[in-house]
Amino acid sequence: MSKLHVTSRINGEPTEFLCEAQEVLLHTLRDTLGLTGTKEGCATGDCGACTVLLDGRPVCSCLVLAAETQDADVETIESMASAEGLHPLQQQFLEQAALQCGICTPGFLVAAKALLDENPDPTEEQARYYLAGNLCRCTGYDKIIRAVLDAARQIREQNREVESA
Amino acid sequence: MTEQPPTFRWVGQRPVRPDGEDKVTGRAAFAADFTLPGLLQGAVLRSPHAHARIVRVDTSRALDVPGVKAVITAADFPDIPDELASNNGGPPDFQDLSDNIMARHKVLYEGHPVAAVAATSMEAARRGLAAIEVEYEVLPHVINVLDAMAEDAPVLHEDMRTKGIRPAPEQPSNIASRHEQLLGDPDSAMADADVVLQREFTTAPVHQGYIELHACTVRTNADGHADIWCSSQGQFMVRAYTARLLDMPLSKIRVFPLEIGGGFGGKTTIYLEPLALLLSRKSGRPVKMQMDRQEVFRASGPTSGSYITMKIAARRDGTITAVDGTLCYQAGAYAGSPVKLGCMTAFAPYDIPHSRLVGYDLVSNRPKAAAYRAPGAPMASFAAESLIDLLARELDMDPIELRLKNAATIGTQTAYGPKFREIGYVETLKAARNHPHLKEPLGPNQGRGIASGFWFNIGGQSSARVSINEDGTAVVTTANPDIGGSRASMAIMAAEVLGIDVAHVQPLIADTDSSAYSDLTGGSRVTFAIGMAVSEAAQHVVDILRERAALLWDVDVERVEWHDGRAESVVNGEQSRLSLKELAASSAKTGGPISHQATINAKGAGPGFATHICDVEVDPDTGYTKVLRYTAIQDVGRAIHPSYVEGQMQGGAAQGIGWALNEAYVYDDEGHLQNPGFLDYRMPVASDLPMLDTVIIEVPNPKHPFGVRGVGEVPIVPPLAAVANAIARATGKRFTDLPISPERIVGLK
Amino acid sequence: MTRYLTPDTAEQASAQLARLDDARILAGGTDLLTRLNTGTPAPAAIIDIKRIDETTTIREEDGGWIIGAAVSGAALGEHTVLKAVWPGVVEAANLIGSTQIQSRATLGGNLCNASPAADAVPALIAAGARCLIAGPEGRRDVAVEEIVTGPGQTSLGRGEFVIGFRLPARPPRSGDAYLRMIPRTEMDIAVAGAGVSLTLDEDDYIVDARVALGAVASTQLLAQEAAALLTGRRPDDSVLPDFQRAVQSICRPISDKRGTAGYRSHVAGVLAGRAAGIAWNRARQAGRAHEEE
Repeated sequence: MSKLHVTSRINGEPTEFLCEAQEVLLHTLRDTLGLTGTKEGCATGDCGACTVLLDGRPVCSCLVLAAETQDADVETIESMASAEGLHPLQQQFLEQAALQCGICTPGFLVAAKALLDENPDPTEEQARYYLAGNLCRCTGYDKIIRAVLDAARQIREQNREVESA
Repeated sequence: MTEQPPTFRWVGQRPVRPDGEDKVTGRAAFAADFTLPGLLQGAVLRSPHAHARIVRVDTSRALDVPGVKAVITAADFPDIPDELASNNGGPPDFQDLSDNIMARHKVLYEGHPVAAVAATSMEAARRGLAAIEVEYEVLPHVINVLDAMAEDAPVLHEDMRTKGIRPAPEQPSNIASRHEQLLGDPDSAMADADVVLQREFTTAPVHQGYIELHACTVRTNADGHADIWCSSQGQFMVRAYTARLLDMPLSKIRVFPLEIGGGFGGKTTIYLEPLALLLSRKSGRPVKMQMDRQEVFRASGPTSGSYITMKIAARRDGTITAVDGTLCYQAGAYAGSPVKLGCMTAFAPYDIPHSRLVGYDLVSNRPKAAAYRAPGAPMASFAAESLIDLLARELDMDPIELRLKNAATIGTQTAYGPKFREIGYVETLKAARNHPHLKEPLGPNQGRGIASGFWFNIGGQSSARVSINEDGTAVVTTANPDIGGSRASMAIMAAEVLGIDVAHVQPLIADTDSSAYSDLTGGSRVTFAIGMAVSEAAQHVVDILRERAALLWDVDVERVEWHDGRAESVVNGEQSRLSLKELAASSAKTGGPISHQATINAKGAGPGFATHICDVEVDPDTGYTKVLRYTAIQDVGRAIHPSYVEGQMQGGAAQGIGWALNEAYVYDDEGHLQNPGFLDYRMPVASDLPMLDTVIIEVPNPKHPFGVRGVGEVPIVPPLAAVANAIARATGKRFTDLPISPERIVGLK
Repeated sequence: MTRYLTPDTAEQASAQLARLDDARILAGGTDLLTRLNTGTPAPAAIIDIKRIDETTTIREEDGGWIIGAAVSGAALGEHTVLKAVWPGVVEAANLIGSTQIQSRATLGGNLCNASPAADAVPALIAAGARCLIAGPEGRRDVAVEEIVTGPGQTSLGRGEFVIGFRLPARPPRSGDAYLRMIPRTEMDIAVAGAGVSLTLDEDDYIVDARVALGAVASTQLLAQEAAALLTGRRPDDSVLPDFQRAVQSICRPISDKRGTAGYRSHVAGVLAGRAAGIAWNRARQAGRAHEEE
């Protein structure tokens, strides 16, 4: 067999797929698994549109071999909303109009989720530097950063309510 | 006429956009997300040379590569007769467009397509490309503006004779055309002025930088029909251009618009669709094509680089009396830069009685320029607004007061033709003067720049349908790609007219067979012109609803009024009401489904003006410039959805800041682009920018039902000079070449 | 057809590397995969070294530190002890690319990609780091500055690869720093970079200095003569102008899309001077912290 057989966990589901040795995860996600929420903007790791979480860390899926995800956890934008509804980041992006064309949005959301997982109370500057690997050409970033900071606040408040309940 | 400001229920609100959830969950389908069974992958062979004659293309071995199903070259494209080459007398030139997407006799820039293949995988397609033999005769090339104008410059097009010069030149050159815009007597005015300032300016070509790569999928049928799925700024544009290039009837092509991941003007033309169509026709299989980022930079349109000399004359009291300038814009490999628009917009914010601006459209061995947000205006405005800042320094005047003194207002004669009607430029200046930004203290190595900008805004052919569902909700069908939230605006305007909840209005963007024609999305026309069509269609639907109510009540329709989504009338002496929902439910009894399509050629676009304030800090040792604060003030006429209006203002400002500081096409001596990627084509990232404050001014456009002017173009016009003027005040040095890179600030080569 | 190999030991990896023509080591992949995605033909084999335990761990040894070649920038940044001892090395590694790149990019890859502009390399050289190499003939270690011989070129022999780095034991009053110039705040390749490592005496005079420069020659430069000017001094106006000129005098940069030669030399001096000041302050603070213990 000329292809590699890989078993990983994608969006929580054990997933098997075949890939070429030099195939990058971005193409496996989009073309083999139909997860087209992960976008290609450059294929050189410079735009962040293809950001996914690999074992909880944000990576550009264009710069990860699909074969490297053997036994790993991969989370894409498709897993961000739950049956209960949208993630606070998704909700804030909508309410604050933090997207215009929307092509960079999945990558921003996944990276922003990694930020808030790591740092629940980022400053504006921390958020800007953390998200510097995600290019947006439409918004000038203003509304994106506001949405991320407000989502952080919302999540902290939710967590406080859970704790005090 | 009432002076009462109108009150609206939905206009000015900020509902969540109807397509939003799909976009935050990854479900929205952009061009590359579309797929079909049996799809082939297409790929393009591109010229490695900046300028060469194609001696021979041999594709025979490519077809022997396993998996390769079709190969095309320019030989597969029909020649376009001269009488069909022009687009009703305007651009584009279809023969040039055809040559640009597939080179015929010469390649004119690195990245110029020479062949394309379709194969069962991308790997096979690449092997197919590698098997194509192309023999080139490399020719001397020319990249830069002034070099292209030189007497001994390599000539790109042997048949190019400069248009706009009498008598027509006998010799070919790279000057495609000359355009002159004259008002009054600038020479005398210059001679009489107290102060005359003159400078030279250059700007680098910059790319629109949309994050979505160009992509399309095409399926052809044996009967000659073709379906195209792609993202563009106009599905009718894709249909018309593809049909013209391939000599097909329009009715044989159907274009399905997918979500567009940014355009900024760069997707107002086509690159891949005719290639994919021919490959599909030859292979009998659907074909998908996608550029990679390097191809986007090398072969899709940046905007023009420019060389500008500009002179301004004023009286000691600050009255600007005359301007005189020459603007040279690079069109890239084929004629058609926006230099005329540069001449028209440069000093449009000012009432200047005497002006002469001469524009030259130049070809050189670069990719053909495409529209980029307020095409032609930012470079010209950079020159104009830098000079006005210099004049303010020279006269020791406040830069806002100087602008106010010369500001265009109602009745001002423009240099390009009409007199302004109601405009809001003065209002932007007054808002700037009163803005708290101006009171923020500045520290060492910090400076504050002011600049203004103008864009016409446009109307054009537009269509929209409003249909009422059986449950009283509505569908608004338009045919213009939503590039930054326009569906939300369409829903708001329809809801306002119908008087129903905006959440009950579903906007939809139709394919070319499902809607009447509409001009493409661009020029800040959609919310104005399509909004006008939506309003008209919705108003007509209201009239139908009134008729239906009249029928049910058996009263004269003239006695039926429409308020808050309800028909109202006095019936048999009693005040009676029928809601839209009730009327929809009874539509079968009253004449059938309720729907109306409005088709208009929208006139009366209202010009837009903006004034921007920028604070920078410059590190004198490294030349690094940090943007500290930024405020964009703009007259938008009416903000239908203020969040997306602000978003346009912020996005345009960010693009302009990138243009001013870092973005540029960099070529080596061989004419090869050195930075065809996001790493070295330095667009602003999140940490490069502060929050971008916005002030929306609303001086309504009387020609629009809600007062809309248009928003998207103006905000990219002022930032170039706003940044440059701020740097000038921070460093005491005036920089007239963009980008104002760190090494330029330090002054080291 | 490309093979994907995942050796468990350094010995297996070097044997594979020696045996196969056109095999490439994969650590973080941020350079290798970028090239493959932009047209470079795939190699015959990709040898992923991340399943070799010692390439992915950070440990203390003899008062110094051993850092695996495939430890990510993010993992380095999260290692608070290492970051406290070698802040310059860690901050240099953390400057490479975006958050996403930091999840993947490694010191080994940054060195072996052999770019003159690699951010981590001047900091490692200034730190006096040694490079641990595994090969068919066994293991050896050399100074980091011995590895890169030119753009894209290294002194590694066939079958050899970098398995890790050794940072030396640190005298108490020591500090390091790395600065680079880019036109944006993030996402750029250094136009020039400077790493400085200092050790001070009790009176805050510099007793030992190492200075290394990036992006100003075909390889990183160890600026020994400039560093010597700092010995016996504090980094103040009495020495910094001479120091900066000494740094600038050894630069041999090119002009390219990222910056002009004159600018690169100029700014390398500026950065080296500023980095010396930061390293000096860090050394004083480290000294005070040491005295308080």
